[in-house]
Amino acid sequence: MMTEGMFTNYFLPGIWITIQVTVFSAALGVVVAFLIGTLRTSRLWIVRFLAGCYFEIFRGMSALILMFWLVFALPLMLGWQLVPMWAGVLALGLTYGAYGAEVVRGALAAVPVAQREAGVALGFTRVQRLRRIEIPQAWPEMVPPFNNLLIELLKGTALVSTITVADMAFAGNLVRLGSNESAPVYTLLLVLYFAMAFVLTRGMRVLERHAKASVGQTIERRGLFARRRPPAPTLGAPDAEALPAGGTVGTR
Amino acid sequence: MNLDWNWDVVGDFMPVFWEGVAITLRALFLGSLTAFALGLVWALALRSPYAWVRWPVTAFTEFVRNTPLLVQLFFLYYVLPEWGPSMSALTTGIVGLGLHYSTYTAEVYRAGIDGVPVGQWEAATALSLPRGRTWLAVILPQAIRRVLPALGNYVIAMLKDSPMIAVIGALDMFGEARNFSNETFTTEAYTIVGLAFLVIAYPASLLIRFLERRLVLTS
Repeated sequence: MMTEGMFTNYFLPGIWITIQVTVFSAALGVVVAFLIGTLRTSRLWIVRFLAGCYFEIFRGMSALILMFWLVFALPLMLGWQLVPMWAGVLALGLTYGAYGAEVVRGALAAVPVAQREAGVALGFTRVQRLRRIEIPQAWPEMVPPFNNLLIELLKGTALVSTITVADMAFAGNLVRLGSNESAPVYTLLLVLYFAMAFVLTRGMRVLERHAKASVGQTIERRGLFARRRPPAPTLGAPDAEALPAGGTVGTR
Repeated sequence: MNLDWNWDVVGDFMPVFWEGVAITLRALFLGSLTAFALGLVWALALRSPYAWVRWPVTAFTEFVRNTPLLVQLFFLYYVLPEWGPSMSALTTGIVGLGLHYSTYTAEVYRAGIDGVPVGQWEAATALSLPRGRTWLAVILPQAIRRVLPALGNYVIAMLKDSPMIAVIGALDMFGEARNFSNETFTTEAYTIVGLAFLVIAYPASLLIRFLERRLVLTS
């Protein structure tokens, strides 16, 4: 069984690292998502094309390989080394940001055209329109898919353990090597990840309710144990929102 | 910035790279089959009239879907042999990928089954088809047809998660690249494998988008 020392020395700091990696890469992911997502609605084809390239590259890339590449291959090219944790955050943020960009783009496309036209008629600039009209109305639509991405991101943080970042999964492996007992450690790890996902999902539901309320919609309260709609497959179905209803499976 | 790219290293890596590609594709193929089959089992179990079937399946699939595949692989590889037979790294990887993604495909099937019009169920009842035939001849053919593109998306998602099986020691593309790089102190292999992922994933996603349009138009 796990000793007290192992738990306090490895596991607790590991939990903190996992939380940090999740928060930082989520923050980077949101920035990337909004940046690329809005650029993909740009009027200039070159901007749309470049943003589209970004999306295709990071969507087709495996986060694990990107991480290894950032840690091992990039330093040789650039001549300076990224701290493993930041390489992990960068890889996760860029990858999940690309998926998030698609969510942003889809939600922006779902805002009625009349809203945009009204903005134009009132002489709003492009940025003003996005900030004052389009994003506030698209935001409630973004929250549920962002929740799914956040859970995928949380699960993805386990990957940083492979580039020697001492997160929960890394601590789990250390404890297994130290104690020669794997069942309790890995069971605890799985339960911890599940608990984190549970908390995140409930938090995002509160956020969703607030977001909906801010545009005058209400959603019924779901029970504490109501299930999260499963993540939409983010590959190959970028136009899921735009597809006719019933054509493909629900996107949330 | 010095981009010293050495083609000799690339040449040395190529033979093992192709072996790795073969393993990756094998893991992907068998993992997908597992995910498709198990997912269907979960989806049917979730529609069971008995709560004692639905509850454990719901709990299990939710748990698997909300925990990292990497840790699940560790669990399968290090914990399971304590209780049962041990599996090779590749087999563990296939089981892990299949099990993890079956919880996603279960939802895809569920959505597909929900999408079959009620009239089809009623027609099957009116024809007094037995339960098994209703599923096999009426509901599933219509349900699965409309979810094929979504299932395909999960195959690509699985492709991108497949390097994780290298962490428990399977020699897929990434595993080969890691070994090669560690032995030769080079990094070209990582770049090659990264590009290989793009080369495989992009046409695959184009294919699925094409399938999506086609099946949507004709269904």
